[in-house]
Amino acid sequence: MLNSRIFSIIRKEFVQILRDPRTLILVIVMPIMQLFLLGYAATTDVRNIPMAVWDQSQTPQSRALLDAFRAANYFKISYSVGSTRDYQSLIESGKIRVVLVIPPDYDRRLLEGSAQVLMVLDGSDASIGSTALSTARLVGQSYATKISIERAALTGRPLSAAPPLDVRTQVWYNPDFDSAYFMIPGVIGMILSFITTILTATTIVRERERGTIEQLIVTPIRSWELVLGKLLPYVILAFVETFEIIIIGHMWFKVPVRGSLTLIIITSGLFLMSSLGIGLFASTMANTQQEAMLTVMMFNLPSIFLSGFFFPLEAMPPFLQLVSLAIPLRYYLVVIRALMLKGVGYEAIQSQIVALIIFGVVIMGAAALRFRKRLD
Amino acid sequence: MIEPVIKVENLTRLFGDFVAVDHVNFDVKPGEIVGYLGPNGSGKTTTIRMLLGLLEPNEGKATVLGYDAFRQSEEVRARAGYMSQKFALYDDLTVWENLEFYGGVYGIHDKSRIKATLELVGLTGHDSTLTRSMSAGWRQRLALAIALVHKPKLLFLDEPTSGVDPTARRAFWDLIYQLASEGVTILVSTHYMDEAEYCERVGVMRDGKLLALDTPGNLKANFIPGDVWEVFAEPLLAGLDALPIIDGVLRVGLAGDHLRTITKRGIKQDDLQNGLASQGVKVSNIMPGEPTLEDVFISLARG
Repeated sequence: MLNSRIFSIIRKEFVQILRDPRTLILVIVMPIMQLFLLGYAATTDVRNIPMAVWDQSQTPQSRALLDAFRAANYFKISYSVGSTRDYQSLIESGKIRVVLVIPPDYDRRLLEGSAQVLMVLDGSDASIGSTALSTARLVGQSYATKISIERAALTGRPLSAAPPLDVRTQVWYNPDFDSAYFMIPGVIGMILSFITTILTATTIVRERERGTIEQLIVTPIRSWELVLGKLLPYVILAFVETFEIIIIGHMWFKVPVRGSLTLIIITSGLFLMSSLGIGLFASTMANTQQEAMLTVMMFNLPSIFLSGFFFPLEAMPPFLQLVSLAIPLRYYLVVIRALMLKGVGYEAIQSQIVALIIFGVVIMGAAALRFRKRLD
Repeated sequence: MIEPVIKVENLTRLFGDFVAVDHVNFDVKPGEIVGYLGPNGSGKTTTIRMLLGLLEPNEGKATVLGYDAFRQSEEVRARAGYMSQKFALYDDLTVWENLEFYGGVYGIHDKSRIKATLELVGLTGHDSTLTRSMSAGWRQRLALAIALVHKPKLLFLDEPTSGVDPTARRAFWDLIYQLASEGVTILVSTHYMDEAEYCERVGVMRDGKLLALDTPGNLKANFIPGDVWEVFAEPLLAGLDALPIIDGVLRVGLAGDHLRTITKRGIKQDDLQNGLASQGVKVSNIMPGEPTLEDVFISLARG
């Protein structure tokens, strides 16, 4: 299948890629930049939430509880207040997001095993609020367990007694709530779709813009050979990027790769077919590289938001959920997250794989039909 | 009878309502250099593109090298070379890389052929020059090399000298003659009148119509409706006004430091001399002029 004409195109394409620093930066450096940006800056992890404390108890026991909060690193005790009005104004001005109120009888109630503390949360930022809430519960729970164990050791009574505070939570796959786990497989999908669509659309339109397409058309090369020769270098680059992201994600962000690498490669290849098809399709509609870029972006931007990359699909209105069915990134994100984080097998993701195949075949076919070796 | 290399019958192409090529007929014999002369937008490029199967004709038929130009375009393309007015080069590749690439697309992987082609167009020693940094003349040679790398029997050159300096143009034409002497048939479009003189036959194109196709000599003999005179008069502009009034003068134009006029046959030097003198224009010299293709073109264009 790979005849010498296709090989000539591939070689030429690689020489051009290697000679153009912008493409190289886009291909090699951009994924790393996006990986670190999304791994760190766009994190939904919450650390060092500013907190105020109203310690009405002022006992060794209450100070021990505060130490437990400090040690967890999620909260930063920035203020000590003495009234409701004090912390209310702090919350209103955004200086703190959480208030911990320890009642005056805390030490006595703790001995009785019925201690209660009050957490007041600023819910205006939902993600911080919910994280703070669950973290506060976790901190309280682990501290309570610690006290129970200590007391059991001290009194010699069995541990079966109910802990002073009972919060039930279970966290699967990502017990540290590390959002990099969630982000990095998504970044693979985003990079694959962005870079491949943009590069394939512009690489073909560039030939049209410079007039070289006319010279190519008058050679005996066939349309499919031209398309294949132009696309293959970017398939190779896309796989290089995929491994680049997986390796950095695994080594630096400690994201696990629990599933089969073969399945990751196969499903990534299927997803690439869709991306390349979209790029190719856009190239048949554009006459300049800018037009090609814009056409591709018109597809890429909504697909980022409607694919579940940032926002969960389940939370979207039914209409947008319906639209998202036409976005291949949606299926790939499910697949790559499941493969990397959950280590699932083929059975768990087969409906997504079928969707990717259908989408890839349809868009590639449509693009190939539009791409003819003619000028009109 | 020798089979023509190109046979065009009633070839017509529309772009919407605009008739780019209007029922054109002509033949090109093997080894001929045929020029296609006409202003921009007269349909030269569209004709060449149809001959290569790049555009579909709305009407008519073209046979190139014995193949249907549109239905068997792959056969035509494998045997014909094409140099477009854009010089379809990759700026970010070197001379060698450009030619090696196009050679590879034609299935040529023989380095000696690449070398020989570069030598033919006089680019030996510039293998590793980046195309971006080359002058128009050199780019033109490389574009020709690309059209020649697969040793075509037929060469289409679409305005090959646009933007190239006169010395490079002359050298380019020497190359064209050399190729023709080796049996390559050449169809070349141009809007330079002087360049058309180099061709064995010239087709004059205007508004999509092929007005005439013949040798430069025959075109001049048949389409210029009289004799050409070079008139040196003082003052020049008064002469420009005075000449058309004289009986038998068909056309007058400025030609640098003198006037150029076409008269009906039979008009003598003295007729012009006297006519100008009677209008008070001083004449220093009048002599018979050489007809040019420009005269032909203007005559034909006036219809």
